[in-house]
Amino acid sequence: MDWDAPAIVLDARPFGEGDAIATVMTEAHGAHRGLARGGSARGHAAVWQPGNLVQVRWVARLADQLGSFSAELVHPAAALAMDEPLVLAMLTAACAVAAGALPEREAHPRVFQGLVALIAHLAEGAALLPDLVRWEAAVLTDLGYGLALDACAVTGATTGLAFVSPRTGRAVTAAGAATWKARLLPLPAFMAPAFMAENAPPPLAACRDGLALTGHFLARDAFGLHNKPLPPARQMLYDRVAALALSESPPDAG
Amino acid sequence: MGGPEVERLIALLAKLPGLGPRSARRAALKLLTEPETRLRPLAAALTAAVGAVRTCRVCGNLDSQDPCAICADPDRDGAVICVVEGVGELWALDRAGVHRGRYHVLGGVLSPLAGIGPEDLHLAPLLARVEAGGVREVILALGATVDGASTAHWLADRLRPLGVSVTRLGQGVPIGGALDVLDDGTLAAALRGRRSA
Repeated sequence: MDWDAPAIVLDARPFGEGDAIATVMTEAHGAHRGLARGGSARGHAAVWQPGNLVQVRWVARLADQLGSFSAELVHPAAALAMDEPLVLAMLTAACAVAAGALPEREAHPRVFQGLVALIAHLAEGAALLPDLVRWEAAVLTDLGYGLALDACAVTGATTGLAFVSPRTGRAVTAAGAATWKARLLPLPAFMAPAFMAENAPPPLAACRDGLALTGHFLARDAFGLHNKPLPPARQMLYDRVAALALSESPPDAG
Repeated sequence: MGGPEVERLIALLAKLPGLGPRSARRAALKLLTEPETRLRPLAAALTAAVGAVRTCRVCGNLDSQDPCAICADPDRDGAVICVVEGVGELWALDRAGVHRGRYHVLGGVLSPLAGIGPEDLHLAPLLARVEAGGVREVILALGATVDGASTAHWLADRLRPLGVSVTRLGQGVPIGGALDVLDDGTLAAALRGRRSA
């Protein structure tokens, strides 16, 4: 058994003295584990950094075996992200969500293509946060937990959607939310289906709200059903964006 | 083969880094065939190390005195702390002889992907050392990996508000290295970190 495909390195954990158990994601094979010989040794560790785009070859005697990987670096996304804390947090969060939420060896081409697009545009920094949030929503949709953000669950209106029910994942307008606002999750404008990309990126507070929204459903549905918490990398991204949002718009004195 | 004592010696040696069962057998054979010059001195050294070596309560180094020789050396600059992942990195840096300040061993790096958090590392004592005053610069000498960089950013966020200068090691072309054999990531880091000639 063998295959050869472009892949994204999602995770690589040291195994033995110099090897690693790597998780990669490909378009046709989904999240896939394998033994990367020398993957944590000095010569090859750079290739197996999370977020890197690689051309990977998987070989095993039988299809259900762990098998082993060999890889060639195509795009050193990890090295390019290391200098920027926010960019690095976005990269590790996306990899952690993909590695933890997606079932192994199940193709999710839309999620793969979305992740490749995110990695290709990582240099945009905070401007890419809305795309990351939308990608997380796509992960939820691919797993069968899609959010219903096209119309208000109460009034049926398709505009002015402002909140999402944390229970059903359905959007509501401010009028429809009425006295329940405090119990609902804010819906940032960039999450609405009718949103058109503007020149100016949305404020960081909206990105924080978007991360809180998808984070809630990822924690409950994608990770919670497997008795796993939201990955620490995803939590660290939220904390960083929340801190940046706070410094962007300090609370009014008094 | 040689009795349970020999088998046990080989099994224990085989667990050491860099040794497998085959090389452990060779090492055991060398020790056993030269007991007076190899085995007894080694056994005595191991026994002495077990009794004497401990972790420095200030920096986390391994030494037979506490605080360690580096922390107790009055000629070292206590205003500059070099943060390293492990004792191996501390020894490597000190062997180079270019850092005359003090060190702090984290005992690993944060790994958001593997779930290793700040509470798993020796981070709080570092912040306490800086908060105690007298520190001018903290050098983050951590690995050029995603985990090393995540740890460096985490530390920088918490150290800068304490009023110290936070620096990190340069990245790029190694001494004696040729550009055509470097990986793309190292080349990118080298280009980003270029300086005027």
